[in-house]
Amino acid sequence: MSTTTTTPGSASAAVALSAVTKVYGRGADAVVALDRVSLDVAPGEFVCLVGASGCGKSTLLNLVAGLDTVSGGGIQVGDDARPGLMFQEPALFPWLTVGANVEVPLKLRGLPAADRKARVAELLDTVHLGDFARRRPHELSGGMRQRVALARTLALDTPVLLMDEPFGALDAMTRDSLHDELERLWTGRNAAGTPLTVLFVTHNVREAARLADRIVLLSSRPGRVIYETRVDVSRPRRIDSPEVAAVAADVTDRLRAEVGRHGH
Amino acid sequence: MATDQLAADTISGLDALEIASQQKVPGRGSRIWAATWPKLTALALALLAWQVVVWSGWKPEYALPGPVTVAKDLRAYATSGALWDGLLTTGQRAAIGFGAAVAVGLLLGLAVARVKVLRAALGSMITALQTMPSIAWFPLAILLFQLSEQAIFFVVVLGAAPSIANGVIHGVDYVPPLLLRAGRNLGARGLNLYRYVIAPAALPAIVAGLKQGWAFAWRSLMAGELLVVIAKSTSIGVQLTYARELSDAPRVISVMIVILVLGLLVDLLFTKADRAIRRRWGLLDRG
Ligand SMILES: Nc1ncnc2c1ncn2[C@@H]1O[C@H](COP(=O)(O)OP(=O)(O)O)[C@@H](O)[C@H]1O
Ligand SMILES: [Mg+2]
Repeated sequence: MSTTTTTPGSASAAVALSAVTKVYGRGADAVVALDRVSLDVAPGEFVCLVGASGCGKSTLLNLVAGLDTVSGGGIQVGDDARPGLMFQEPALFPWLTVGANVEVPLKLRGLPAADRKARVAELLDTVHLGDFARRRPHELSGGMRQRVALARTLALDTPVLLMDEPFGALDAMTRDSLHDELERLWTGRNAAGTPLTVLFVTHNVREAARLADRIVLLSSRPGRVIYETRVDVSRPRRIDSPEVAAVAADVTDRLRAEVGRHGH
Repeated sequence: MATDQLAADTISGLDALEIASQQKVPGRGSRIWAATWPKLTALALALLAWQVVVWSGWKPEYALPGPVTVAKDLRAYATSGALWDGLLTTGQRAAIGFGAAVAVGLLLGLAVARVKVLRAALGSMITALQTMPSIAWFPLAILLFQLSEQAIFFVVVLGAAPSIANGVIHGVDYVPPLLLRAGRNLGARGLNLYRYVIAPAALPAIVAGLKQGWAFAWRSLMAGELLVVIAKSTSIGVQLTYARELSDAPRVISVMIVILVLGLLVDLLFTKADRAIRRRWGLLDRG
């Protein structure tokens, strides 16, 4: 049923999942969150994972991030890089200023103080928050906090970015501008020869069509790859463009068929 | 990439509205006044009630003096040097006892929060210790250490450490799992996770534990100074005992006021620390 566009397990992939299974709990209470999910993400590729809530999307990202262990199958991250993970909530440390939040991963990587300072300034400029380094997270709006979270994740200098419904809690206008920014950042990195691979989870089909090179559809309980499609729309894109809408309509149809089969 | 557009993007969408509505700070003077006048009024009413009871002749003046008599005695007390001797002795005991309780409480709390076996073994025992009125320890403490500084120290530490340990355990237990996951993803493992995430996240609960621990330490210390009278020492508690033995009622009340004010002042420090933390974290409405 799956229309795989790349061969799972290929050595050149930035992220390679082969038959990944995740079971929570044991015995009668066991929940199969993921069932033999295979997926290859090429370096510099932007993949959106779409599925109903509870279908195992967060589970999958946690596994790739190494925050949890698989029950079966294997996950390979290219060059053994440690992926950065962004959550739906900014998850900033409220006891630190914005700048100090971004500095945490740099400190943990052992960068000297002078380098850290320059890097924090650079990262905050990247997300257009250069003037907010001394503010505290609670003084910022939701969209700005997510930008800080993005800057903090980028401070890991990782080639792989995992995003778990990062804009799900934002209003539509803020979300649109963050889409633009993420696309700009990602295009810039790929153009500069330091490819950024993005695995982006959402239940918003429009958002997926707006951002992705490739959309991967997951079924519910157990989570399984049921459909994949490339999004061949030129960038920069607009979320309200007819091409994006057409892709979204196609994916929505597939999603409806899937939901219908489950008799919801 | 149009830079002017980027600037506009920074605070865009409905976010912009959210930020604009955050600027309403009343003047500092009026804020302090608003917080103070109810307290002053309550104090005035309490003094008035006291005076009324004295006027009513319920008890003779030598047993229950009025506020004016006590105020005069309090001034004499403050200028006599006895007060400062007492403050020195008692303050030293409080600092050493509470300091030791903090060390014990922090270590114990961290150990129990971290080690499963210790939690199973000690978790409920710490809470049980907390419910034990510390004055009940004194007979044993006096048997163990006689009428000595150690007996007081022993009870002060036993009184305060469980609260502090409980604060630490509570703080560590309730670190938001999301922050832990974020910290781990940012590369904080093991000790670094404690340093960068768990310790700062637990700080408010730890301060609450310290505040409660202080209240217990102060009570234990006063009980100790009344019960364990050490020859030639001039602690606040001893002065209170002497004043009673001499039937010097104004002095009894003066010393009581000193005890009350000292306890309150330290408590105020912890309250201030707590508010400072919560303000930094954005958990208070008013800046
Ligand atoms: N720690 C856990 N323990 C038990 N079950 C879990 C746990 N985490 C997730 N699940 C279950 O696994 C399934 C997938 O969850 P999740 O990955 O969070 O889905 P999604 O992110 O797609 O909404 C759900 O049925 C959820 O109840
Ligand atoms: Mg999720």
